[in-house]
Amino acid sequence: MKKTLKLSKTSKGNFATYGMVILAYAILQFLGSNAVREGGLLSPTLRGQLVPICAYVVMALSLNLTVGILGELSLGHAGFMSVGAFSGTIAAIALQNTIPAGGPRLLIAMVIGAAFATVAGILIGIPVLRLNGDYLAIVTLAFGEIIKSLITNLYVGKDANGLHFSFITNNMRLGEGGQMLLNGPMGINGINKISTFTAGFVLILIALFVIFNLVNSRSGRAIMALRDNRIAAESVGIPVTKYKMMAFVTSAALAGSAGALFALGQNSLISTKFDFNTSILVLVFVVLGGLGRMWGSIIAAAALTILPEALRQFSDYRMLVYAIVLILVMLATNNPTLKGFFAKLFRKPEEVETGKGGEGK
Amino acid sequence: MKNRTLALLLTGAMLAGALAGCGGGAAESKAPAESQAPAESAAPAESSAPAATGSVFKLGGTGPLTGGAAIYGNAAKAGAEIAVEEINAMGGDIQFELKYEDDTHDAEKAVNAYNTLKGWGMQIFLGSVTSTPCVATSQEANADKTFLLTPSASSTDVLGGVANPLTGTVDVPRKDTAFQMCFMDPNQGSASAQYIFDQKLGTKVGVIYKNDDVYSTGIYNSFAAKAEELGLEVVSTTTFTEDTQTDFSVQISDAKDNGADLLFLPMYYQPASLILSQCKSAGYAPKFFGVDGMDGILTLDGFDVTLAEGVMLLTPFNSDATDDATKSFVEKYKAKMGEVPNQFAADNYDCVYAIYNALKAAGATADMSNEELCNALIGQFTTMTFDGLTGEGMTWTADGAVSKSPKGMVIENGAYVGMD
Repeated sequence: MKKTLKLSKTSKGNFATYGMVILAYAILQFLGSNAVREGGLLSPTLRGQLVPICAYVVMALSLNLTVGILGELSLGHAGFMSVGAFSGTIAAIALQNTIPAGGPRLLIAMVIGAAFATVAGILIGIPVLRLNGDYLAIVTLAFGEIIKSLITNLYVGKDANGLHFSFITNNMRLGEGGQMLLNGPMGINGINKISTFTAGFVLILIALFVIFNLVNSRSGRAIMALRDNRIAAESVGIPVTKYKMMAFVTSAALAGSAGALFALGQNSLISTKFDFNTSILVLVFVVLGGLGRMWGSIIAAAALTILPEALRQFSDYRMLVYAIVLILVMLATNNPTLKGFFAKLFRKPEEVETGKGGEGK
Repeated sequence: MKNRTLALLLTGAMLAGALAGCGGGAAESKAPAESQAPAESAAPAESSAPAATGSVFKLGGTGPLTGGAAIYGNAAKAGAEIAVEEINAMGGDIQFELKYEDDTHDAEKAVNAYNTLKGWGMQIFLGSVTSTPCVATSQEANADKTFLLTPSASSTDVLGGVANPLTGTVDVPRKDTAFQMCFMDPNQGSASAQYIFDQKLGTKVGVIYKNDDVYSTGIYNSFAAKAEELGLEVVSTTTFTEDTQTDFSVQISDAKDNGADLLFLPMYYQPASLILSQCKSAGYAPKFFGVDGMDGILTLDGFDVTLAEGVMLLTPFNSDATDDATKSFVEKYKAKMGEVPNQFAADNYDCVYAIYNALKAAGATADMSNEELCNALIGQFTTMTFDGLTGEGMTWTADGAVSKSPKGMVIENGAYVGMD
């Protein structure tokens, strides 16, 4: 009896998260439409940020799967985003004449981005997820840097004969109608923006659906058992590497599709964009939102993407204010007094009693 | 728990302090003619405000005002501010209101900054200061039909429509509204190779360039293509990246072992200053040849100027020039920023004046839409001739590229001296 009650609470939470995303989408769409006012109520800055916000939300969700659910630290998540971004964008540009419609092309780009990131995730996961301890953190850190260097030195061109590649030095000679798709350190320029806010919204829903269903499945329970006590989980016969791979590769695939979404919403792309700082930024979203808490990741990613732009009026003090707000939020979300206050607001009376008891005075 | 609450209160107090501290700045920056650091600009802004019976054009720009490349962004911003103050003080029909937004040398942030300027009502765009962000913002400006004149973003992709020197393909279509005040990367690279070849500065050339940087790679590519065409012998080509730009021992010993007697350094001056000092400690003394990014090396904090003795560079601006315009600009810049202006500041100063001249000649008024202004300015830019700090008789083609001759400079006794 109790078990069914608890389960329904989880699904309630999940549905609340879906509802939050849908509501936010509906409000933003309404504010951005001409129905309210000519040109909408959203500032040009926020309007331009809608697609990046969606991409960062998916990044935070996917990293939360690795860090919060699987309990492994990944410091190179931007590497997967980079793989997805570049493979997806190259595919989108190469298919420009074959599939002129933006929507299907974006879908193909996201699938290709996810596929390449999956391959990268499997390649890294096979050796590393067999190890114990913090090795994944170190290897993913190195992976992010390797991807950055590889793409900086990669040249991709296209002409009537198909795709051409060269590495380190660009020695390709393209025929009539040729075009450089990826130009080494100059990256990809002149991208036609085909990502839309709606596509980003759908991707967030897909990511949530995949993660919630994975977590609430038999496999998900095995993954969380591994996180909580690896030895105990192994002793009851859970194959460690298999379940770790499952979570890690899913996370990589989602990051790859987020990368494609992000890249196709920008008009130029260079590999140094996806550096260690970007990985840490996504990790900050996850930690700020709460480990394993998906709705927290969504809010944190959206808020921390908008915040630096919203603080522009403080000009030189902008990043100082940003840092202080960050510290403030971290402290506030961990403050027992505030937590108790919010718990009282949102929970039923009898639950508050147990909630208080759990905190230990 | 007590400690946590205390920490929370303290951070809250810090935030309140920071907000109060810059609250004044935010309010003052709404002064009509200027939106910059309030203390210095408040006075000229007020004095020029009454003259604003004419048209006040909203001029915007993005640049790295914080972060690793902030030195370029702040220099360019100060250059534009000086020009705007001068123009507003003249009190003619054309007045400017200038706003700079920070892009931290990142394309994504630059687009956000551009959108913020758009929300502010920017009519004419001074582009982005550095190449990577400007490639992104120029595409946005072109889509919005807003005129763009960048002081220093020299990549070909800023303008578009320029053939890739290695493959001969045009990868980015021409962005019609984009113009440059600086030399384009390929022109610098091929001009450098031509100059070295013509003046017989070296027989064996070594090159060190930054291969994860748009600017450095762009110059290198065209240098390599031109050197091959001329038969200039390049004996050593080595690279570095953002993460490895502190230790150059491998690159230097490679050039030394291959007997390079001239080192070509297409990069900004911070890594170049390290290469100079590390060459000295390695006992290697080739000739050094730089490009416009090398300009500013003499004003770098803590840099021993004797190291730069004999360094040659191609730059459009010489702060030691004796003409009145340069003298007055250098004086104002020193009063404002406390240092000698570099080429970035001078280029942006010229940008504002070029736009001013063009607006004046076109008889433009501030109530025109961005697109009308843009068409009027394109018409003027492709036909007018402009004399500025960074060159005389500059002209622009419909490609957006400027035509002005680079000045070969050599550093002697801690100052630039013309080479010709």
